[in-house]
Amino acid sequence: MDFILHFPVIGLLLQFIGYLVQVVVQNGGLIITLSTPIGLGALCGFMNERGGVVNIGIEGMMLASAFSAWYVASIASGFLSADAGPLGITLPLLIGLLAGLATGVIVSLAHAWLSITVRADQIISGTIINIVALGITGYLALLISHNSPPSAGNFHSLSLPQPLIDFPIVGWVLRTFVEQGPITLSMLVVVVVLQVLLYRSRWGLRTRAVGEHPRAAETVGIDVIALRYRNVLLGGLLAGLAGAWFTIEYGNSFQSGMTNGRGFIALAALIFGRWTPLGSVGAALLFGLADTLGQAIRQSPPAGDLGAVLGAIPPQVFTALPYIVTIVVLAGVVGRSVPPAADGQPYERETSTL
Amino acid sequence: MRLQHTASVVIIPLLAIVLALVVGAVVLVLSSPLVGGQLDVMLPVKAYAALAEGAFGSFNGLVQTIVSSAPLVLAGLAVGIGFKAGLFNIGVQGQFLIGAVSAAAVGAGLAHGSPLLAIPAAVIAAMLTGAIYGFIPGFLKAYTGAHEVVTTIMLNYIAIQFVAYLIIGPMRATGATFARSPDVGAAVLPILVGRNGHLGILFALVAVPIAWWLLFRTTVGFEVRTVGANPDAARYAGMSPRRILILTMSACGLLAGLAGAGEILGISHFMPAGYSTNVGWDGITVALLGRSNPIGILFGGLLFGAMRAGSNLMQIQAGVPVQMVDVLQGVILFFLAAELIVRYVFRVRAAHAEVTELKTISRSYGGQTTP
Amino acid sequence: MRGITKRYPGVLANDAIDLEVRPGEIHALLGENGAGKTTLMNILYGLATPDSGEILLDGKQVRISSPSDAIRRGISMVHQHFMLVPVMSVADNILLGEEPMAGPIFLDRRAAHERLHELARFFGWELDLNAPVGMLSVGWQQRVEILKAVYRNAQILVLDEPTAVLTPQETKEIFVMLRRLTTQGYSIIFISHKLYEVLEIADRITVIRRGKVVGQRVPAETNEKDLAQLMVGREVELTVDRGTSHPGEPRLTVAGLHVRDDRGREVVHGVDMEVRSGEIFGIAGVAGNGQDELVSALVGLRQPSGGRVHLDGIEVTGHRPRDLHKRGVAFVPADRHRYGLVLSYPLTDNLVLTDYYDAPYARGIVRDEAAIRQHASEAVEQYDIRTPSIDVATATLSGGNQQKVIMARELDSDPRLLVLDQPTRGLDVGSIEFIHRQAIAKRDAGTAILLVSAELDEILELSDRIGVMYRGKLVVVMDGRSATKEEVGLLMATGGRESAEATVEASGGVPR
Repeated sequence: MDFILHFPVIGLLLQFIGYLVQVVVQNGGLIITLSTPIGLGALCGFMNERGGVVNIGIEGMMLASAFSAWYVASIASGFLSADAGPLGITLPLLIGLLAGLATGVIVSLAHAWLSITVRADQIISGTIINIVALGITGYLALLISHNSPPSAGNFHSLSLPQPLIDFPIVGWVLRTFVEQGPITLSMLVVVVVLQVLLYRSRWGLRTRAVGEHPRAAETVGIDVIALRYRNVLLGGLLAGLAGAWFTIEYGNSFQSGMTNGRGFIALAALIFGRWTPLGSVGAALLFGLADTLGQAIRQSPPAGDLGAVLGAIPPQVFTALPYIVTIVVLAGVVGRSVPPAADGQPYERETSTL
Repeated sequence: MRLQHTASVVIIPLLAIVLALVVGAVVLVLSSPLVGGQLDVMLPVKAYAALAEGAFGSFNGLVQTIVSSAPLVLAGLAVGIGFKAGLFNIGVQGQFLIGAVSAAAVGAGLAHGSPLLAIPAAVIAAMLTGAIYGFIPGFLKAYTGAHEVVTTIMLNYIAIQFVAYLIIGPMRATGATFARSPDVGAAVLPILVGRNGHLGILFALVAVPIAWWLLFRTTVGFEVRTVGANPDAARYAGMSPRRILILTMSACGLLAGLAGAGEILGISHFMPAGYSTNVGWDGITVALLGRSNPIGILFGGLLFGAMRAGSNLMQIQAGVPVQMVDVLQGVILFFLAAELIVRYVFRVRAAHAEVTELKTISRSYGGQTTP
Repeated sequence: MRGITKRYPGVLANDAIDLEVRPGEIHALLGENGAGKTTLMNILYGLATPDSGEILLDGKQVRISSPSDAIRRGISMVHQHFMLVPVMSVADNILLGEEPMAGPIFLDRRAAHERLHELARFFGWELDLNAPVGMLSVGWQQRVEILKAVYRNAQILVLDEPTAVLTPQETKEIFVMLRRLTTQGYSIIFISHKLYEVLEIADRITVIRRGKVVGQRVPAETNEKDLAQLMVGREVELTVDRGTSHPGEPRLTVAGLHVRDDRGREVVHGVDMEVRSGEIFGIAGVAGNGQDELVSALVGLRQPSGGRVHLDGIEVTGHRPRDLHKRGVAFVPADRHRYGLVLSYPLTDNLVLTDYYDAPYARGIVRDEAAIRQHASEAVEQYDIRTPSIDVATATLSGGNQQKVIMARELDSDPRLLVLDQPTRGLDVGSIEFIHRQAIAKRDAGTAILLVSAELDEILELSDRIGVMYRGKLVVVMDGRSATKEEVGLLMATGGRESAEATVEASGGVPR
């Protein structure tokens, strides 16, 4: 009996794995591209939370940066030459990118000030950032749309010489990982750098200590406040990069609320990745895969029984998958994810009691 | 002593509003070239005047203000009661949507029956499903330690997808030009006052005193507040923090679901696939403005209701997009969180007993399972 | 340090304090809890800024505005609550802040390990540098703290209540080590409120009271009584007169109790005991030998994993706190801020925290505010709680008065069994006396009292019978009036096996 019951399921499962591999092989590059804002957002969260500052305002930071990168690039393109260098880099786009980065840092400064200096609740601080960013960008975008500003275009993907790409396996790896835009490429570099630094550098050691037990860190001479500020602001750079991806790399225009919850998925990726850089970006890739899979099933469904089964699943399920997975992970159903011990706790330098 | 405390609790939010209007004026002046083509220092006056006129200038405007306030008050309660228990319910949006779609479904099912049956059935369905949607993060927090901030955000997005699936799929009204549920017919809430002052206003008006009484005059409310202030002490005192967390989140979901029912049955009369709402964020602002106190929330809700109601006239008369209200909302929140600035600018001394619940939400984020 | 003054809202923590420490001496800073010792040391260590006064090192005036200033000037501090990151390794904890570098970015862990092994050898320790600090016993964590100071080439070492968590034997070991350090040229500031310890270890003693220096002594020219009088400011009875007790029938009977800790490890392995009405049963033991878990299982905050608990002959194993409370179990928890009180609540609410749900304070689910207020007024009067009103937040009260609030609440119901867990930790002498008297009064009224304390003196002073907890077992139960400090201390350290090997083990072997 068991045999009969299980056989078709196993068959389907094998077919599904085959299909999954096919999707990954065919869409590897796209998965990485689509994971970029999530991965960079998660790295921003990593920079904040390993030092003990909760950041649920990643969404707002990305949105603000997306807006300013696009708008500044657009203004700059009005009076600067748009001669494209490699990767489609133009002067206006570079200025836009800088504006996006600066915005990420400025918004992070607000978060740092509220949560480190004022010692407001960090989750409330993040919430405020989300609300203000959505409000201001929505307001300005609507005002600006009357004048329909020109687009400054966007960055292009790196293109490698044909012979390299035709190489078996290596070619696929290059096509997937290297034929990407500059922001995506920078994420791939940053994640490795951060992972190494976290466990091998002085900065990593100190950051971990401050996130776990800030007072202990202070008593050995580490300036907790300064370290938290520095990390949050550096995190702002990454959020700025993530925001710029929307409007000057993947797309070339701004729509109100266009980050559409990716900042929150980034938060999920950070948790799923257990507060490590590699883990976070790995989780971001998984979420990117879930998204891509949903699209692939609609566009080129697998043949046979598997196609019928997958076709019967509403597409919304795939869209909701990252959110469901996050809840499952957070609930500890598949291994527990434990945040840094001092995450979310404001640090008071001088003890006010005796 | 007591009076001083009350004064400080009221004064800080008021000052935050004043400061936000000032900052809003600066934003308006700076963005005036985009509105009218040239720098206009009078734009804030025009915009705020139109805003006030839209909200309070006519009988219908006033009714509109109250109608807009109703869901905000309920959402504010759904966040504020959570604050009291040390929970940050960012999931009002999801609970609202689930409640709304349930009201739409039950309403559509009973559309041709008696309103006496259809209205209560649809409203109760919304409250129940909202409560269930609040129960989930409450249960997860109580038994697995999963922080409600993350789970409720995730549940919001799941709710959006779920509603989209239902409306595009099984609930889609036949013959409609766009994806929407059928009309709720008999379940439409009767108009009590003015052009659109529907029965849903009463939901909010009744919920406020009940919430206040439960929180401050009953042992259940004492338990909720104790769990919020110190879950370990609550356990020591023989309370069950787990039970209280679940109960509180469910109650919050119930209120959010009720707000959803009010909007569907009172205003739109059907549910579109892409029902978009800001009610979750608004609820947070209202709850913070009202200091998590139901009476404060009532006033906070009325303020934002007025801004939402007046914003249309502001857009028409002054050319300022309605999103300006979102900007004001964010700035008010900023000043509320950064009480320090407000105290500094206006030289207000700190109240003796601080409002502690706002500083404790992140506390449990660092992995400890509270119960 | 000259003329150090520090004011906190409402308190003058340090009032023109002068303190002089000579090279190679152990200088004791003696004072009650809250006298301002820790504040003074935080100022020396740059964790707090004085309102006025100056610090001189080797005759030169210095400004110490942060711990890194202090470290740079050769000052190190071992805090009362260890400043160690539990999830990080021993080596990383020691390096932190003074990391040996290979290049501008990366750590040179190999060089660090060599240096640390060398230091450990100097003390004759075998230390696993890669073990997470959280896995070490308290005694070993303290050694890591001292290694941290030595690693930083400190000249002045400040130890804040270093013996609070140690057994008398471990204390002796630490003393030997400190002596050894002074021969290497270290100056040591030893903060304590334990008179005999100070007399034993210090070269000179400075006594402070209410933020002021009230005297300086050399051990040879003083005694405990003299020091106590200086410290408290009046003639004190070093021991409360405990009178005679008349134990009656057994109230609490515990048989073969097993309890697990939060991580699921069994830390109480089959405890048997009996607490009788009209007696105080004291449990002594080094912190972390299962006392916390035992107590929390007895008051219902933790489910035992095995065994039986009877109260008045009725089985109550695993019953909830509420049920136990109804059956007459009162509990004064060790951590009063975490468990005993809701600090943001007014006194009124804290005074009914454990019986808010029932008559006379509530009918059904409706609270009776009038009854609650009246109760508070009465309790404030009866227990002499010093407060401006019954409506102020409990956080604004002093530690002693906060503990009185808890005592008032817990004693009010005339409990059958009173569990006192570290009831006087961190309190001033006046409050300690008050609480000890209350406990004895309740004993005389026939209440069964279970006293758990890390203060061996407290146990010896109050207990009619003493049980020693060692590695999750109650290894011995003896008569409280004839027991001596040395006897109990040795049992705490060894659990009754009197070999030298056992002593080392008790202070906690490093897991390898």
